[in-house]
Amino acid sequence: MIEYIGITVLWIFLYGYLIIASIDFGAGFYSFYAKMTDKKHTIRQVIDRYLSPVWEVTNVFLVFFFVGLIGFFPATAYYYGTALLVPGTVALILLAIRGSFYAFANYGARENNFYLFLYGLTGLFIPASLSTVLTISEGGFISVEGGDVKLLMGELFTSPYSWTVVLLAITSVLFISASFLTFYAKRAGDRDAHELMRKFTLIWSGPTILFSFLIFVTLRNHNAEHFNAMLEIRWIFLFSLLSFLTAVSLIYKRKRTGIAFIFVCFQFAFAFFGYGYTHLPYLLYPHLTIYENVTSPEMGIALIMAFIAGLMLLIPSLFLLLRLFIFNVEYARGEKKTY
Amino acid sequence: MIEDPVIMSRWLTFITLAFHIILATLGVGIPIFFSIAEYIGIKRKDPHYLLLAKRWTRGYTILVAVGVVTGTIIGLQLSLLWPSFMNASGHVISLPLFMETFAFFFEAVFLGIYLYTWDRFKNRIYHWLLSIPIVIGSTGSAFFITSVNAFMNTPLGFDVDNGELTNVQPLVAMFNPAFPSKFSHVLTSAYLTGAFILASIAAFQLLRGRTHVYYKKALHLAMIGCFVFSIATVINGDFSGKFLASYQPEKLAAAEWHFETEDRAKLVLGGILDPDEQEVKYGIEIPLALSIIAFNSPDAEVIGLNEFPEELWPPLMIHYFFNFMVSAGMFLAGISFIYIIFYYVNRFNALSPWLLRAIAISGPLSILTMESGWIMTEVGRQPWILRGFLKVSEAATTSEHVFEMMVVYVVLYFTLGILLPIILIRVFSKKSVETELEKQQVIL
Repeated sequence: MIEYIGITVLWIFLYGYLIIASIDFGAGFYSFYAKMTDKKHTIRQVIDRYLSPVWEVTNVFLVFFFVGLIGFFPATAYYYGTALLVPGTVALILLAIRGSFYAFANYGARENNFYLFLYGLTGLFIPASLSTVLTISEGGFISVEGGDVKLLMGELFTSPYSWTVVLLAITSVLFISASFLTFYAKRAGDRDAHELMRKFTLIWSGPTILFSFLIFVTLRNHNAEHFNAMLEIRWIFLFSLLSFLTAVSLIYKRKRTGIAFIFVCFQFAFAFFGYGYTHLPYLLYPHLTIYENVTSPEMGIALIMAFIAGLMLLIPSLFLLLRLFIFNVEYARGEKKTY
Repeated sequence: MIEDPVIMSRWLTFITLAFHIILATLGVGIPIFFSIAEYIGIKRKDPHYLLLAKRWTRGYTILVAVGVVTGTIIGLQLSLLWPSFMNASGHVISLPLFMETFAFFFEAVFLGIYLYTWDRFKNRIYHWLLSIPIVIGSTGSAFFITSVNAFMNTPLGFDVDNGELTNVQPLVAMFNPAFPSKFSHVLTSAYLTGAFILASIAAFQLLRGRTHVYYKKALHLAMIGCFVFSIATVINGDFSGKFLASYQPEKLAAAEWHFETEDRAKLVLGGILDPDEQEVKYGIEIPLALSIIAFNSPDAEVIGLNEFPEELWPPLMIHYFFNFMVSAGMFLAGISFIYIIFYYVNRFNALSPWLLRAIAISGPLSILTMESGWIMTEVGRQPWILRGFLKVSEAATTSEHVFEMMVVYVVLYFTLGILLPIILIRVFSKKSVETELEKQQVIL
């Protein structure tokens, strides 16, 4: 029971990170693009007003996920920790560059193209490097001899599956982010920004769905067991496709962009939970499973109680954050308001 | 040496943490001061204090931003460099680790709100209320993460059965014996370091010839913090010594170069050790002082290092770090005392240049003091990563690429370490206090 609660909670948080971080990463890229093409006053304002209060929260979702993972399934620390030293460092350095240069550019008094460049570009490389963890979890990229865990870099770099995941990660980031910013720009009443982000959403919708499809094709060769499990619940992936089509058609018709974004969230929720559910029971195929590597019941219950207490604290605060900034029309428009 | 993953992992962890704890300490230490400043500003309708709160918050935000980055790095690095340790920790001490992320989450959300809502409330006290979750969140982070560190020193709350960890009691592990003294010392010294940094900035500006009363108010508020938290830090520092004497005698003995178990033990300050003869040359000896530090009684028996096998001795050089922490700490406490006396006794001038100079250097000195206290306690835990259960040498990664990774991280920290002060200086010099006050007056 604890293993199911644990993995569900963690997966929900990872999903939260996927959506929020995608918006953030993509926004950084679009912000850089706007700067380069001199569109500053159309979309950059919208992006900055969204990003400024929210950026710190994004990182915490990721930290929460891996700390929780170690808590519920301690052996993951040993396997992934040993194997991921090099790719983990790459991701960390990118996250570090992005986080600090955002602060430098935002609070650092001066517009600096180089900071913005780093900020925009790392936003695409971070999802690419983080997504390799999911790739590795499919098995075949780690050798375990005795207690010795090693990452097989050669296999990772030559696997079609691995590259498809990377491409899907990048296109998804750009797609999710553009669809959110379409909504946010419309809400802020910024017509130019809305048109531009609408265009980007439509541009990235094709590649996103193409690579999602290619994931199935390449996974079939890489991990047939997982592929077959996914086929068994194919309806969930069909729902994902339907959500995608609904979202894109709404955005195409410039109607109900908020609903469209919710459908984008649904699209990724169906796909992500379908993928995760069929990945079970493996945490790392075929070495770690949620049954054999779950923590003791005492710790599991303590973690779940801490989690519930934490949520009671966090949900109201996040609600306040959203109300004050994201869903506040005056704020989004950049008008001052006092209460 | 660079092929040895154990040594390299230790170095990389050392470098990352040495950098991170500066930001983490200030991240914990500064919020109570901008919160207090804002409260005074609202209550006394004093724009100086309001601006003070604003400017302190601005600096704090940049420090936190980089602190989030280094914090994320160390959070993941623990698993990347010490996989066996994190495997064991995951079983027993993951509860506070998990709760730490909640505390930080809480702080981050409210910092985001606090920063962007200075003028959004008609009643300013609502804005001040938002600072309280920031103080609670950052203090909570310190609370939980110190619990994990304390656990490394006095692991408790589990049994080892054929190499398996059984009978886990998460709360016993979390509130282990090292926790109370460690946490109180970490917390008050973080507030103290924060206060000294803020005081030292104000003192520096006054020395540069800025005369606005704003700086004097900033200095005074920060110095009161220094005074209060010096007293607290000296007191719980003493508790920490007594804790060591009872629970980790080898650490205290190594820090004091105390080899033979004896009563009426003397304290040695400084000196050079002859390790073969176990004799100290050129040190200052204070009779009975070690017994008093350890057990509050001149007759008490203090356990010496010779009771332990030599391979379990902590490195003896922690003596110097310990001495530096205590003497610099005393010096800092002295400065805050002198300031308070000078301020309240009319005959003296609390803004005399020599005192301001001393305060100006006290900021950087407080950082060095904190770093050496940290080195003393972490190096003093060697050779254990979990005292009595797991050695550092058994816990490190087996990967051969730690050195290369270290080079990358060092370049990153070096860049951040240079850019961070430049950015901070630029932020504050772009908008001077004087021009900001003029603007503010118009609004008020």
